[in-house]
Formats: sequence, C-alpha cells, structure tokens
Amino acid sequence: MNQEILIKAQHLSRHFGPTVAVNNIEFELHRGEIVGFLGPNGAGKSTSMQMITGNLAPTTGSVEVCGIDLLEKPKQAKAHIGYLPEQPPVYKELTVDEYLKFCARINRMDKINVSAAVDNAKQRCGLTKVGQRLIGNLSKGYQQRVGIAQAIIHSPAIIVLDEPTVGLDPIQIREIRSLIRELGEEHGVILSTHILPEVQMTCDRVQIIRSGQLVYQDSMENLTQQFHGSCAVIGLGEEIAEDKISALPAVASVERLAPKRWRLLFDDNTDTIQQVAKQIVDNGWGLTELVPEQKSLEDIFLDITTSEEEHSPAEDDAA
Amino acid sequence: MIFTIAARELRSTFLSPIAWTLIGVTQIILTFITGSGIENYVRSIQPNLHMYLTPPNITEQIVVPQYMWLAIIMIVISPLLTMRVFSDERKNKTLALLVSAPISMTEIVIGKYLGLLAIAGIMLVTYTILPLSLLFFGELDFGLLFSSILGVFLLMAACMAIGLFFSSLTANPLISAMLSFFLILLMSILIFVTSESPDVFSLADISLFQHLMAFVSGLFSTHDLMYYLIIISAFLILAIRRLDSDRLQH
Repeated sequence: MNQEILIKAQHLSRHFGPTVAVNNIEFELHRGEIVGFLGPNGAGKSTSMQMITGNLAPTTGSVEVCGIDLLEKPKQAKAHIGYLPEQPPVYKELTVDEYLKFCARINRMDKINVSAAVDNAKQRCGLTKVGQRLIGNLSKGYQQRVGIAQAIIHSPAIIVLDEPTVGLDPIQIREIRSLIRELGEEHGVILSTHILPEVQMTCDRVQIIRSGQLVYQDSMENLTQQFHGSCAVIGLGEEIAEDKISALPAVASVERLAPKRWRLLFDDNTDTIQQVAKQIVDNGWGLTELVPEQKSLEDIFLDITTSEEEHSPAEDDAA
Repeated sequence: MIFTIAARELRSTFLSPIAWTLIGVTQIILTFITGSGIENYVRSIQPNLHMYLTPPNITEQIVVPQYMWLAIIMIVISPLLTMRVFSDERKNKTLALLVSAPISMTEIVIGKYLGLLAIAGIMLVTYTILPLSLLFFGELDFGLLFSSILGVFLLMAACMAIGLFFSSLTANPLISAMLSFFLILLMSILIFVTSESPDVFSLADISLFQHLMAFVSGLFSTHDLMYYLIIISAFLILAIRRLDSDRLQH
C-alpha cells in the first residue's frame, strides 16, 4: 500500500449554536485505502464529511488535502475531492449525459477530455444504457449511481461517499460495494455509513464516531483478529449445573441460551477452544455442538456506541 | 466555469414551462398594447399631423409605451423567473455539487446571474420584433429605440439581481418570489414621491423607474447607468455573502 497521505484532519470541531456536532476529530487518509466512518444517526458523520469537502467551515481545526490547506486554498484543494452527499445532488431536468458533462466542466476538466471522462464514469457505474434518459425519471438506485459517477468523473485522489447504498436493492448494493472496492485501489475513499456489514466487506480501516467524538479507530485486520474466537456456543447431551461449566478453563462467563445450550465467553483467546473441548469430553458431558463465535463488528459497535449513553449527546445537524 | 454555470441555468430555465409561459403571455399583452398604440395613432394623430409644429413620430407614440409596459410587466414576472435560481438548489440539495467543485461562490453567483441576463436578452429580442415590424409602414427613430431597449434591459437586470438575492435566502421559491416582488414593487412606486427641489435627495431617487425615464426619452445618461450598476452589484454581493455564510460559523 502506498503511504501517501491524502487527507490530514487535525482538531476538527464544529458547533451549531450551543450544540457540538463534531468535537476534536483527528484522522488521516492514505492512498489506496478505504476508511469506514461509522456511527449511529446524529453522531456527526455527515458534518465531518461536509467539513472535509469544504461544504462547512470547521469551528476549529484544519484539513489538509494532498498537502493543500482546504481553508486557505479551497479551489486547489477541492479539485482533488469527489463528494457524494447524503442526497445525490442531481438536476432532475437534465439527462444523465448532460449532467455528467456539466459536472466534468465545473471540475475544470478540459473540453477535449470531457466526453471520455463521461463515458468512463458511466461505464464504471453501470449507466451506459441510461445516458439519454432524464435523471428525474430514473429509479432511486440509478440516481444514486449518477451521484457516484459525478463524484468520480474527474478521477479525484479522494472520494468521499456519504451513505452511498441507502435506498438501493441488494443487487445494486453488491455492485456499488464492489465499485467502492475497485475505487479504493487507486484512490483514497472515505465511506460514511451506519450499515455494519458494508464496513466489514469494503473497508480497510474503521473509525467509529459517537456524539461527535472519535471513539474507536483501528484497521479491519486487527479488529477481526482481536475478537476472533472470543466466545463459543456449546451444546451438551445433558443438563449440567452452571457453576460446573464456568469451572472450565479460561471461561469468563456463561450464558444459558436454551435447554442444554450455553454460550461461553473466554477471557483469553489462545487455543482455549481445544482445551474446553477436551475438558468437556473428559468430563463425559456428551458434547453435541461446539461453535466458535466471532464477536462481530456489530457487538463492538453496540458496546462502544451505547456505553456512557448519558454522556452529553450532540445532535448532528444533517442539513 | 462561469459560462458553464450560466449555460446550465439557461437550459434548466427553458426546460421548465414557467419561462415559456411568461414570455408567451407577455408577448400577447405587448401585442395588444402595440396594436392599440397603432390604432390610436392612425385615428387621432395621423389626421391632424398638419396641426403640429413638430409632429410626434411613431417611435415616441407607439414603441416607447410598449417598452414602458414591458418594464411594468417585469415587476411581476422577473420574481417568477428568478425565484428558483438558488431556492431549487437548496430544496433539492444540489448546492453541494457546486460548493464541492473547485469554483468560488462569486463564480457561482455571477454564472447564475449571467444565465438570468441571457433570459432577459432573449425576452427583449423577441419583444423587439414588434417595433421592427413597424418598419413596413414608416421609419423608426433608432436612437430612441436603442436607448429604450438599453433602459429596459438595465431595469430587468436590476430586478434579476434583486430576485437572485432573495432566492439565495430561502429554500422555498414562493417566499423568494414574494419577497422580491414586494421589494421591486416598492422600489418602483417610489417614483411617485415628490420632492421640493431637484437638488435635494428624495426617495424617488432610489426608484427603479425614476432612472428609466431618461433612457425612454432618448437620453443615455451615465448617472442613471451607474444607479443600475450599483443596485446590481449590491444585490449580487449580498447573495455571495449570504451563500458563503452557510458554510461559516454563526
């Protein structure tokens, strides 16, 4: 992976009157990387996206885009960014071709390159057949694709996508996700979403934001490793008292799921499954089932976002 | 960049029925006005031409009233032409597209304003066919014709700048149209304020129509030209500041 830094955000904060939408966020985006921005509704995702793309001036802090300060030289910096806001910014009265041509031109592309860029963007987003149709007559999914095509038309270094798969059907979602993966190979992509599988499938790095603060930040690899095999479901041939089960090696807690089924939570995750299996067999409890469970991103997400809920919740002004 | 935005604006305007309807209806009204002007001239002025020392020409009698009426009609229709310029972008959340692109707010506003001026120009060209048709029957005073056209164009340009500003305030086109209509109407009727002496400032001096009078009497006055340019730049600057303030901390 190329380690060229595309975005460097420092001490970003944004207030709306007395509410603090985003509070002192710091992060970096490298080329060839997809960063998932995760958070519940109103956590400040959209506000952060708007600040990175120059749609909103931060109250404090700075954003550097490809080494250019976004606040001091907005024109030069914005040329490196493609942005798809929450609602695709499409002119419904134009055709897809007209609209994409307009987008290419306002991104200061030369006239001779425009039609090639339009064709390329249409092809990548699966819009080749609808070039002549009015955007207003297209389905929501296609409008969303037009929105993505608009963001990539000038092949910017950074692509910021705010909830790109909202309102799409499962097939379209799959297509868009593979498109995002593809884009992530040569560009830097920031993906904001509250859909967890999306992050798991597409992103290299996860940032979880809650009440305007960055509460978790790690690579997807570490995340999966860290939580792999930390719990397991067992099924036994007979009812065993709970205190006997919790006496098994490395078991931190036991949760009864159904008659003869329990979920075990381990306090360390090295080879515990083997030892537990051996112990159960040695005890002659009649092991019928043993399924190691991966603590999913969802659990982590819920852990992080629901803890300290009383902590001053900042509302996100999505406008 | 500016012209790309202007072209898009012009195109979208003519893709909606509003512009076509307004231009068509105005054309019908102006045709009636010109027609009655001709009738009046033929019935009451032509038979008595020998009685005048300097006989009134058809440009003064027929063409100038047509442009004066056009100016009055513009009070009503220019807010309808400008109301959606920024309101629609706000309502449909398309403003983010322009703001995220490497263009400044000034370029966006001027681009859109040029699109509006192009509409005004197209309207004036279609309405000028009427006076030109009089060339079949007589001669026109082209100096007076052009200064009238210029005067009305400046008035339209000022109305468009006012409308553009109000459109930048709200996501609701109706409110933007109402506000610009009231301000344009107010600034028009100020012409009826009488002043004690021409040297003293009176409210009539800020009337949009007061400054049209020189142009429709055939006088090209830089004083009046400056008035319109100041009004236009003031409202454009206000619009730029308004849109910039969306981004900034309040």
